[in-house]
This record gives sequence, C-alpha cells and structure tokens, in this order.
Amino acid sequence: MAAVKQVIKNRVAFLDQKVPPYIPVLGITGLLLIWELICRLNIVPPLFLPAPTAIVADGWQMISSGELFRHLMASLTRILGGYAIGTVLGITVGLILGFSKWADAIFTPIVYSIYPIPKIALLPLIILWFGIGEMPKVAIIALGVFFPVLINTFSGVKNVDPILIKAAVTFGSNHLNVIRKVILPGALPTIFAGLKLAAGTALLLLVSAEMIAAQYGIGAMVLHYGNLMITTKLMAGVLLLSLLGLLFNRGLQWLERRLIPWK
Amino acid sequence: MRVVVDNVEKTFIDSKKREVTALENINFSIEEQEFVVLVGPSGCGKSTLLNIVGGLLSPSKGEVYFEGKEQKNPKLGIVFQEIALLPWRNVYENVIYGLEESGASKQEQKVKGKHYIDMVGLTGFEKAFPKQLSGGMKQRAGIARALAVEPDLLLMDEPFSALDAQTRTIMQEELLTIWDRTRLSTLYVTHNIQEAVYLADRVIVLSRHPGHIKKIIKIELPKMGRDQEKYRSQFERYSQEIWSLIRHDAEEALKEA
Repeated sequence: MAAVKQVIKNRVAFLDQKVPPYIPVLGITGLLLIWELICRLNIVPPLFLPAPTAIVADGWQMISSGELFRHLMASLTRILGGYAIGTVLGITVGLILGFSKWADAIFTPIVYSIYPIPKIALLPLIILWFGIGEMPKVAIIALGVFFPVLINTFSGVKNVDPILIKAAVTFGSNHLNVIRKVILPGALPTIFAGLKLAAGTALLLLVSAEMIAAQYGIGAMVLHYGNLMITTKLMAGVLLLSLLGLLFNRGLQWLERRLIPWK
Repeated sequence: MRVVVDNVEKTFIDSKKREVTALENINFSIEEQEFVVLVGPSGCGKSTLLNIVGGLLSPSKGEVYFEGKEQKNPKLGIVFQEIALLPWRNVYENVIYGLEESGASKQEQKVKGKHYIDMVGLTGFEKAFPKQLSGGMKQRAGIARALAVEPDLLLMDEPFSALDAQTRTIMQEELLTIWDRTRLSTLYVTHNIQEAVYLADRVIVLSRHPGHIKKIIKIELPKMGRDQEKYRSQFERYSQEIWSLIRHDAEEALKEA
C-alpha cells in the first residue's frame, strides 16, 4: 500500500496576511475619484458638495492671495499657545496629585467635578473675565487640554511600578529625583496618550471659539463662507483643519518616538 | 561594620482586618565580610525581613542597626527579585545610578561604572536598554548597580529565581567569584536549598506561622568550589538537614495557596 501523505498546513495564516504598501494610497485616491465623478456627473449640486478639483482651485487662489495664511496663523498661535499652557499645567499638577496623597485627597474631587463640563460652555464666562481678545480663546483651549493631560498624567504616575521607586530610593534618590528620574519617565507613555487625546479637544475648541467670536482664524473663515454659501472655500477650510489635525498627531508621534526610545 | 537584627517583629492587618504576625522574635547578626543566607518556605516572611533590613519596610517591633567604629551613614545595595532596572536608562546609566545620586563626579562614575560592568561580564552592553537584554544579563546589570555604590551591606532578594535553571547555575558561580573579589557583607534570600548551601557562610532557616528562626546552620566548607566531588557528601548532608527542617512547612504552604 502506498503511503498517504497528509501535509499539515498553517491554519492561522489569516492572522498574518501581507498587504502591499500601496493599498492605503489606493483607498484615499479611490474616494477622491468617486467624489469627483459624482460632482462631474451633476448627481449632487456643487453648492452642497463641490468637486475636489474645484476646492483645490479655490484653495490655491486663497493661498496666493494670502487669505488662507492669515487665518492659519491666527489659528496656529491660539492653538499652540493654549496647548502649551494646558500641557505644562496638566503634567505638573498631574505629577503633584499622583505623588502626594494629601494633594490627591484635596484636589482630585475638585478636578473630577470640573472635568465633565463641556469646556465650550465656559466660553461666555471666560469672555466676561478676559474680554474678547485672544486671551479667552487661548484660555479655553488651555482648559480643554489641561484636564485630559492631567488625568492621564495622574493615572500614569499611579501605574509606575513601585519596585522602581523602591530601587531608586535604595540607591539614594530624594523625593524630587524620584519624581524627575523615575515617576516622570515612567508615566510618559500614558502622558502621551493624554497629549494625543488633548490634541483633538484643542482643535475642536479652537474652531468652536473662533466661530463664536473671532475675525480671523480657520473657524471664523469656515463660518463666514458658510454664511455666504461659497462651499468651495468652506471646504478648503475644512480640509485645512483635517490636515492640521493630521500634522498635530504626526508631530506627537514623532516626539513620542524621540522621548520614549526604550519602549 | 556589623549588622544587627535585634528582636524584630512584623505584624500586618490582613484583608479581613485581622492582625497577622509575619515575623516574630528575629535575632541575628551579619558579621563583616560574612555571607548570610535566609532560606525558608514561601510565606515565611523572608522577603519581608530583607525589606526591613533594606529600609523598605518598618518593623513593628525591634530594630536593625549597623555597629562599628566609624560614624558614617551606612550604604546599602539591593539586588531585587524583579530586577527593577529603570527601563529608560541603558545599562551604564542604570549601573551608575547610585553614584549619580550620591554626587560622585562624572569621572568617578565612569571609572567605577566600567569596573563593575566588566566585573559582571557586561562589557560591550553599556548602551543597551534593559528590554534588549536576556533575564540573566538584566540581573548582571542589577548586581553591578548594587556593587557600584560599594555598599556596607549587600542585600539580594531571590535574585536568580526568575532565571532558567542553567542560567541560574552560571550566575551562582559568577556571584561567588564576584563576592570573593569584593568580600561584601551580604544578606541573601532564597527558597532554593542547594543555592543556600552553595553560597552561604551561615544559613538561617525560617519557619512559618509566624515567621521565626528555626535554626542557624554554619556551613563548614571552603567558600569556593563547594560543588567539587570531594565535598559532595557533606554538601548533601547540609541540604538534607535544611530540607528536613523546611519540609513540613513547605507542605503546609502548598495546601494554603
């Protein structure tokens, strides 16, 4: 009788499928093509959804006239300023709350009662406090960034392995150095999760604040062209926002890789 | 300097709010250049005791002190079971951590760092992060970090228990060689009887419920080369003696968990 050969095959091959690197590009160009086609065939009127080429054409015109740049700079200053302030405060307070049981007991209930307030609801109050200049917009972004960063820093600190703290103290670290050399780096991965979360919040608050009270800024621009029913220019603003969000995220990813090389 | 553990007792409050005595009536000393091994079944409080000696836990009663001629702050070096290298520091930066914190000059850090990295056999791995090292290599770095502060007392908490058997054997031999060069007073915790007999000048056998000293056994064998054929029967006798002291407790411990 001839031997029967029964080969055993990898039955979990579906877990590691190989995808060619050009596929993601294909997805996005496919979407743009379909979009363009729908507009060219007049299935949707251009007032509701202008073609990508029309958006690019009008966008280019806004760039060369300097209009887009002016709005972009106004928005960038606000968001970067607010983000920086919120981040620095959030990390600092998070470290303190995480390290000191006393500070934790006193301030954490306060933090958790303010945290759920949608920050944009505070804008009228903040405008009352700071007037209608740049301050309230920066402040509202800082406030929106502060909480997620604080809460992530706090939980990052709590998740630092106590044995590392014991080791550091054994080898002579004082409290400040324990925070600086053990707790801060140990919490850094979680802090970055907070930073990414806060980036989304910052963008949201930026646009909302600019729509409520601003002359310049991408939010104001989008609202302006919406009121005038110039959809192409409105869409140019929206695409710029998407680009901004993408850039923000990429920047943070890059920073994360730089600052956390041990992961 | 000599280290004295004087009448140490440790009680905990357990999850059911009952008071549990983990250690009771612990009295012993570690002489200068002496290698003392604490051995006992799981749950006998040997790690608790080491933590108390290491200043990471306070005793409920009694005290631990250094006794000597000089009036200086005694330095401790601890090798942790969990290794506890800082993941964001490379081998060199981890090894010199204690020197950095004691304010040693960069030059001194460099010289001592290199010296102890060479001693544990990590030359060439200075720039590696802990994550990139095997378990055995990580613990070498942990040992180098503890040696680098040139401690008055070296504490080792089951340093090789997470390693595979072959690596452990090699590490035990290397530890002995290192100890022979540095002659540090050492308190070593293990549940491995062979390891205890192989390394110790004196073995302190702990017992459970509550943790107390059952017997202190002096190992009357030359410090180096106890694994040689001619010492085999004596080695076995010591191991047997310790095992017979622990066996009952170990079986009880098994039933609890």
